[in-house]
Amino acid sequence: MLKRLRENKSAQGTLLVVPTLIFMVGLLIIPLLLTLVISFGQRSSDGNVIYSFSFANYIRLIGYSTDCASGAKICFDPLYAQIMWRSLALGFNTTALVIILAYPLAYFIARAHPKRRNTYLFLVLIPLWTNFVIRVYAWMMLLRQEGVINNILEFFAGLLHIPFTPLNMLYTPGAVLVGMVYEFLPFMILPIYTSLEKIDNSLYEAAADLGANSIRTLLRITLPLSMPGIVAGTILVFIPVMGTFIVSDILGGRQVVLVGNLIQRQFLDARDPTFGSAASLVLMVLTLIVTYFYTRKFGFGEEIVAA
Amino acid sequence: MNPFRRSPFVITATMLVYAFLYLPIIVLVLYSFNASRTNIVFTGFITKYSDTVLADGSNVIQSPCGPFHWFCELSKNTDVISAAKNTLTIAFIATLISTVVGTMAALALQRYDFKLKPFSQLSLYIPIVIPEIVMGIGILTLFSQLFGFLNNALNLNGDARLSLGLGTVIVSHIAFMIPFVTLVVQARLQGFEKAYEEAAMDLGANEWITFQRVTFPMILPGVLSGALLAFTLSLDDFVITFFTNGPGSTTLPIYVYGLLRRIITPQVNALSTVWIAIVFLAVLAIQWVQNREQK
Repeated sequence: MLKRLRENKSAQGTLLVVPTLIFMVGLLIIPLLLTLVISFGQRSSDGNVIYSFSFANYIRLIGYSTDCASGAKICFDPLYAQIMWRSLALGFNTTALVIILAYPLAYFIARAHPKRRNTYLFLVLIPLWTNFVIRVYAWMMLLRQEGVINNILEFFAGLLHIPFTPLNMLYTPGAVLVGMVYEFLPFMILPIYTSLEKIDNSLYEAAADLGANSIRTLLRITLPLSMPGIVAGTILVFIPVMGTFIVSDILGGRQVVLVGNLIQRQFLDARDPTFGSAASLVLMVLTLIVTYFYTRKFGFGEEIVAA
Repeated sequence: MNPFRRSPFVITATMLVYAFLYLPIIVLVLYSFNASRTNIVFTGFITKYSDTVLADGSNVIQSPCGPFHWFCELSKNTDVISAAKNTLTIAFIATLISTVVGTMAALALQRYDFKLKPFSQLSLYIPIVIPEIVMGIGILTLFSQLFGFLNNALNLNGDARLSLGLGTVIVSHIAFMIPFVTLVVQARLQGFEKAYEEAAMDLGANEWITFQRVTFPMILPGVLSGALLAFTLSLDDFVITFFTNGPGSTTLPIYVYGLLRRIITPQVNALSTVWIAIVFLAVLAIQWVQNREQK
């Protein structure tokens, strides 16, 4: 038996991959299928799941409801569609801002003297490894009504003898955007750096010899060659932004509700797992569609491993 | 032409982005030394030492630990200590298992051909392309349905009832860490020719000796960086833990999140400062090891 296994390469490969498959199937694929099944079910009065086959949860997500306050039989309230749209828009805005901020920094590190590159990367890793929740808390301290930013502004206003009213920054959409950008910035810097670092110096020299100015070099050499890094970074940023609920919870309060908050509340406060499952499947499909079209256009970056 | 020439625009932008990255961290650390108990405004350091804690209104004036008052309070906080223990227990066990299992899968996918290969490779991309919250609630649903069924079917009561806890968190962490380990080790394996292994076999080594003497030393750096990545992912994880933890298995991120929704004292900052210091030292150590390897 052992001897036969020794000669059978295919069986060896299968044996090596089986433990991984047990985890992938048991804790990823089966839960996803279960989520799908439950999303067609209904909630019982005590918060349990009644298995059935109805599209009620999806119809509710689109905005049609059978029990509405006005007393009409069917009414339309685009609340959940608005939440979906808000999350998508935030995902796009965060990703765009993060690319703009990450690019010059990644370029700076990639073009720095090789001896100093590690130090500059080190400075990116520290905020990245500082816990996610702690980083949101830091922004809470900065943005509060009596927080650090308002204190600094008040100090300067006092110097200039300008009357000062504290700015309302916490619990606004802007606060959530800043928090998201801060949380995910390092995830864009690292893959862009990896792809920029690979660019051969002779390409820049050739461009300069042929008379290209710095903008032309950027557009014709640097940007196209760093696209794999930007694509990988976008996947690492856009997908988690779409599903995160802590940032909006802490920095947005009850003012900024995203899909993540909607799903979390269905599972914990509102206790309707069937509606939460439907919402999370819609979220999954939305991110997969965006990722699919995006990677089809630009290719799937190998740089994803580098981060 | 100097290959390391950079424009003033790039340098200015870089400095601004670094400032953006570090301003919140500096504020966080500074406020962990705040004398003010409410921690809204920085009212100064606690300068005096004394046997007992003395306060004037909401300001602490004297403390046995002086400026490190909040760190001493933190070390007496049993909730924090048990959360820290949980966090480390989960991270160690999950890293160990996911590194072994993930490395095995990487070897299989890179060195062998078998029927399940395309399916295995595809399944590894699931945690990367699907938002964590979708996985989190999926796993929560699985456990609650499964435990509900088993508790009923086996008529379990009291402590014997299956419920969410350390076990469910560890298993879930392993599941979402494996793909990252596998991808890192696979990337490392891609750089090596099969020829080394084939040469060892030609010289009479069996599979195990070949793995021990040739393959493993070659992929070791990849395995270590995969393990490191898995460890940091586990320490940092909030979403999966949030949906799979139960009473008694609170981790530090979950504990801090709970505090943020209630009252905040400089203790939270002290905890953050300790965390940042550990991260700083860890990154420093890794850099040092890498630099030594390069020389």
